[in-house]
Amino acid sequence: MPDTPTAHRPLLSASGLSLERGGRELFSALSFEVLPGHLLQIEGANGAGKTSLIRILAGLSRYGFTGSVTRHAPLLYLGHQAGVKALLTPRENLAWHVGGEGDYDDERIRDALARVGLYGYENVPSHALSAGQHRRVNLARLYLSESPLWLLDEPFTAIDRSGVLDLENLLVEHVERGGAVVMTSHQALQVTYEVRFLSLLEGLRL
Amino acid sequence: MSAPGTLPFCLRLLRRQLVLAFRRPIEIGNPLLFFAMVVALFPLGLGPAPEQLSGFAPGILWIIALLSNLLTSDAVFRSDFEDGSLEQLLLSPQPLFLSVLAYIAAHWLVTGVLLALVSPVFALMLNLPVQAVGVLVASLLLGSAVLSLVGCIGAALTVGLKRGGMLISLLILPFYMPVLIFGSAAVQGAVTGVPAGPYLAILGAMLCLAIALAPLAIAAGLRISVDA
Repeated sequence: MPDTPTAHRPLLSASGLSLERGGRELFSALSFEVLPGHLLQIEGANGAGKTSLIRILAGLSRYGFTGSVTRHAPLLYLGHQAGVKALLTPRENLAWHVGGEGDYDDERIRDALARVGLYGYENVPSHALSAGQHRRVNLARLYLSESPLWLLDEPFTAIDRSGVLDLENLLVEHVERGGAVVMTSHQALQVTYEVRFLSLLEGLRL
Repeated sequence: MSAPGTLPFCLRLLRRQLVLAFRRPIEIGNPLLFFAMVVALFPLGLGPAPEQLSGFAPGILWIIALLSNLLTSDAVFRSDFEDGSLEQLLLSPQPLFLSVLAYIAAHWLVTGVLLALVSPVFALMLNLPVQAVGVLVASLLLGSAVLSLVGCIGAALTVGLKRGGMLISLLILPFYMPVLIFGSAAVQGAVTGVPAGPYLAILGAMLCLAIALAPLAIAAGLRISVDA
């Protein structure tokens, strides 16, 4: 973690988060902070409330829970759905993305697509791509993004083994640059970086 | 690198929506085909007497324009909702009010404006007097923009439902009524020689009101639909 004054300012802080769904308490009084350099993995079984938590952190869920979330930095959220339009090419999907994060020229987009293994597919209609390739088009946004905080919901779904390896390296690069990642996954990350775990029942643990 | 300006972003959204629409031409053609079919059926039902048809023409043309708008407004946000793009739009650093206006503008261009442009042909089929055709086009241009704005409120509220089609009609048809009344009255006025200006001015006022208020309702509706 770089030793700068901003290194200890949280990118995201959550306090006292509680959520109840269908009469069942998913988590209660969950408080934590995400600092630059944190690689945080949310743990929990299927239906434990991981996706609900990450949607609350992103600001997509605004009702039905108690507690508060403060976001101090721009964030990039990648959810279950790829958000890739079948009628647009991968290049158009990224250049005209509704996320409106930045202006990307063709070269940057080509580079980003090459990094996710879609070199040569820039101008192929996306309906000709497989589900895994759709996910990869979406992951290319991580290479373009300048948001310090990434919220990733199951980023490894439908990604092949080499893609998972690339993605793990990218996540480490990002946190080493002073960004932060909050992610859900059932796989253990194979990285040589300190991964923090957030258990929905027990809270933050190392 | 910083986020793009608001105006370039909205133009980019508009372009995206238009490209998406033109890559699926059947979606653009459907309302026009619907318009043509109903216009062709009316003389068979009402009888082909030219005077009778020209009396009914303003009302017929406006009702069909309204219904074909109703048919298409359901789909404005649906595919974006289903593939997750809508979530990204809501999280975008850009003002949602203006992004929503870009979506509506694209919808209006491929439904309302196209209908208004081809309406003179259908007006002649129904024997509408030639002096009323200009007012018909003007009233359809103004009125269909209001219809798109109002229709998108219903679309935003029902986008999370599997079968929102019927509900959307119930929700927004009452708000379509004033547009229908003043729109067809403008054309009727032009047929009978009454100045159509005041009617068009009222349609214009409705448009201003809708531009100012509808995006707020749509933005709130989208947030609720994505949250649920």
